[in-house]
Amino acid sequence: MKYEPVIGLEVHAELSTKTKIFCGCSTAFGAEINTHVCPVCTGQPGALPVLNKQVVHYAAKMGVATHCTVNRLCKSDRKNYFYPDLPKAYQISQFDVPICENGYVDFEVDGEPKRVRFERIHFEEDAGKLLHDEGDGTVVDFNRCGVPLIEMVTRPDIHSAAEAKEFLETVKTTLSYLQICDCRMEEGSIRCDVNVSVRPMGSDKLGTRVEMKNINSFSAAERAITYEVNRQIDVLEEGGQIIQETRRWDDSRGKNMVMRSKEDAQDYRYFPDPDLVAVEIDDAWMEQIESEIPELPQSRYARYIKDIGLQPKEARILSDSFDKACLLDDGVAMNRVDAKAIANWILSDISKYLNDKGLELKDTRLTAAKLVDMIELIEKNTISGNAGKKVLVQLFETDDSVDAIVEKLGLKQVSDEGAIRKLVDEVLAANPKSVADYKGGKKNAIGFLVGQCMKASKGKGNPKMINQLLSKTLEQM
Amino acid sequence: MELYQKTAAELSAMLKNKEVSSVELTKAAFARTAAVEEKVGAYITLTEEKALADAAAIDAKRAAGEELPLLAGVPVSVKDNICTKGIRTTCASKMLENFNPPYDATVMDKLHAAGLVMTGKTNLDEFAMGSSCENSALQKTRNPHNPDHVTGGSSGGAAASVAAGEVSIAVGSDTGGSIRQPASFCGVVGLKPTYGTVSRYGLIAFASSLDQIGPFGRCVEDAAMLADVLRGYDKMDSTSYPREYDSLTAGLNADIKGMKIGLPKEYFGEGISEEVSKSVLAAAETYRQLGAEVVEISLPLSKYALPIYYILSSAEASSNLARFDGVKYGYRAEQFDGIIDLYVKSRSEGFGPEVQRRIMLGTYVLSSGYYDAYYKKARAAQRAIRADYAKAFEQVDVILTPVAPTTAYKVGEKTSDPLQMYMGDICTVSVNIAGLPAMVQPCGFDSNKLPIGMQLIGPRFGEQKLVNAGLAFEKASGLSNIVAL
Repeated sequence: MKYEPVIGLEVHAELSTKTKIFCGCSTAFGAEINTHVCPVCTGQPGALPVLNKQVVHYAAKMGVATHCTVNRLCKSDRKNYFYPDLPKAYQISQFDVPICENGYVDFEVDGEPKRVRFERIHFEEDAGKLLHDEGDGTVVDFNRCGVPLIEMVTRPDIHSAAEAKEFLETVKTTLSYLQICDCRMEEGSIRCDVNVSVRPMGSDKLGTRVEMKNINSFSAAERAITYEVNRQIDVLEEGGQIIQETRRWDDSRGKNMVMRSKEDAQDYRYFPDPDLVAVEIDDAWMEQIESEIPELPQSRYARYIKDIGLQPKEARILSDSFDKACLLDDGVAMNRVDAKAIANWILSDISKYLNDKGLELKDTRLTAAKLVDMIELIEKNTISGNAGKKVLVQLFETDDSVDAIVEKLGLKQVSDEGAIRKLVDEVLAANPKSVADYKGGKKNAIGFLVGQCMKASKGKGNPKMINQLLSKTLEQM
Repeated sequence: MELYQKTAAELSAMLKNKEVSSVELTKAAFARTAAVEEKVGAYITLTEEKALADAAAIDAKRAAGEELPLLAGVPVSVKDNICTKGIRTTCASKMLENFNPPYDATVMDKLHAAGLVMTGKTNLDEFAMGSSCENSALQKTRNPHNPDHVTGGSSGGAAASVAAGEVSIAVGSDTGGSIRQPASFCGVVGLKPTYGTVSRYGLIAFASSLDQIGPFGRCVEDAAMLADVLRGYDKMDSTSYPREYDSLTAGLNADIKGMKIGLPKEYFGEGISEEVSKSVLAAAETYRQLGAEVVEISLPLSKYALPIYYILSSAEASSNLARFDGVKYGYRAEQFDGIIDLYVKSRSEGFGPEVQRRIMLGTYVLSSGYYDAYYKKARAAQRAIRADYAKAFEQVDVILTPVAPTTAYKVGEKTSDPLQMYMGDICTVSVNIAGLPAMVQPCGFDSNKLPIGMQLIGPRFGEQKLVNAGLAFEKASGLSNIVAL
């Protein structure tokens, strides 16, 4: 029998607010154990939470960007359970009224359009971390405790591991476009739980669902889903039944194990948190939120193909990065140089530089205006393409203008006809064999002669002019 | 007249006129405490050294000619569920017997800013759960009027410290009557402010939506003065109202001609002792003579207040007290096998029986399958009770009722029957459910010479009406500044 996987995801993203969700402690990653803590986030008796409005703002932004309904009255609920990393023994979250509901994202999988719907997006606080290798016993680090999260819950619209991965990439790109999450996977800023079931192809009844936890990267999500789908199909093929349970993914061993069965499911005894009054998003605030949503990657991707004539692969690379897309769009908006030239510079030299250095565009000093200045000089033959590469490095690392860099490095091309003629004449005189070869029909000997001219000009000669003058002179000889 | 027999208002004037220093007052307070504490047992912790240092600092400021707040230099006791930095805060529980908070509650900052001198931390029913102070795991407190009788609770230590002359004013907290009922049993004044007017930051939570810190005093003016210090918006408490408050003390006015006072018929029926009923009705008569209009009103939903209260307060308590798990602070069982065992043993050994009962009750009403029938229904009923009161306040300015069915009962009389104990809260809990202000003050004595209290309930933010009505009665009756022992 053929089976269809039915997959839903719960994605947690850490919001990049400066302070925690209910207190003024820093959210910075990597600090010394228990240094970003206070009475509130360590659950001291008597301490009270106050909701950070930036969290509401960021969560609502994600909702607007994913076509959700935003609930204007934000209430908080307590999810009660005991665990040492949860100092209050309840997590403040949202239960029956999440801030955002009923949205979707569109993306492509292997060139085919795909839509995954969101059931809800809500905000909540992160828990602390248990460290088991700190000497005697277990240490609880509360630095992460109270770092704001949004949890995004999808409808079961995903039907393959590849779709799941593309969906996750889309979520990540959207988060980075909205500038509400650092998206540092290695720091755990995006995590996900996966719900998987399978059903006979063509059936519209959902199979028994298994939840998988401990998935720490998008590629792990892909592997975990593939494994679980195959496991469920094997069970069914052997006449067995799927048991509703939670399984823990072990990425290093490439398999999952039972964590807890349905019977062990906890009763979280959700109820409205009496310490927190509801926060209302009024019209002015909502307008502010809506005004901050930039043009999203899907739309830019389509535009780059249609308007600039890029290949889908190229358009994808550019639209996947908010910084790169903005650099391109800002440059194009100046309407001074060829749009495709800007795209090509970003796709090649700029991307290579960033990759080599392990930097992001925002970590450098490059601006769209300077990039355009530089390309313009190339288009006007003031500098060569190669000189442009040298200028670019300076643009990443200094605040100098393009003209100043060109001046400083002496990169201005020699386009003076008299000077070039002198150069050509000298090279022709010094290389009679090549001239003879050319005259004898070996037309590609001109390449060597151009190279010699460039070398003689210390790279500053305008190659186009050299080429023209050489050809002309050789023909006349 | 000894210093310990003076009201805070009187002490404030003496300090201002430099008839006495804060150090002298503080020494007098500790001397009185040394003399009576064995019989009363109001305190869990005394902080004499710090108090004397604080008093000396205030005296120095006054000597330097600094303009000081009204209560600067006056000793005050603080209920031991309010966090005091570096001073152990126990909630009268074995769970927190050795807990030193790393921070001060907002009200402690306010007391400090106003120059009050804290004498120590007073006893309470464990985690403020109880109505007799007998649920304290650490200390026995007796009624200063008769040591065979209870103080009431949960702020029993606070009420007793004021009634016994150990201090003139005290800070307590009220979740279902915890300021008002012990004030009534001990013959002092106690004010439960409108929910949200006093910051709860640093008050160890029993039931967050009902808890409110408030003052005790030996007369209405004392309570008003301390309330003025305690009230105010706090950005650390999301449930605190962002608004300004006028001084209750400055607004005190005993002329209540034309004030409309409601007597809800539901509060004078079955279950309320005749002596109590009579005394409160006599107070109503006094009001009539003072020119107030006294009318009978109805609060038909009153009978539902008690179950609503025990559902909501226990539900919140079950969650609020979950943090006491033996992991971070407080009591941890010595022997345990794994994390679950650590939780079970620490909590079973650290909490007393009443606390455990309420945690179980609260856990039950929040459980899946019971939530709608109990918690959700209680919340809906809470809204109805609020509407009930709102309607009543369309007709009257304040409402006059008894505080408790009886005067202070004997120690041990009700400890074996929790339900009987819960019934004692029948006159006070609806005020918390509705978030209203209410004040209790003495209105007479029973045949055993135990104080009888009366309760004035006001509309939201109606504290000025309460203290004015209270002051009028106090002047007419002369029932003020009653020091026992």
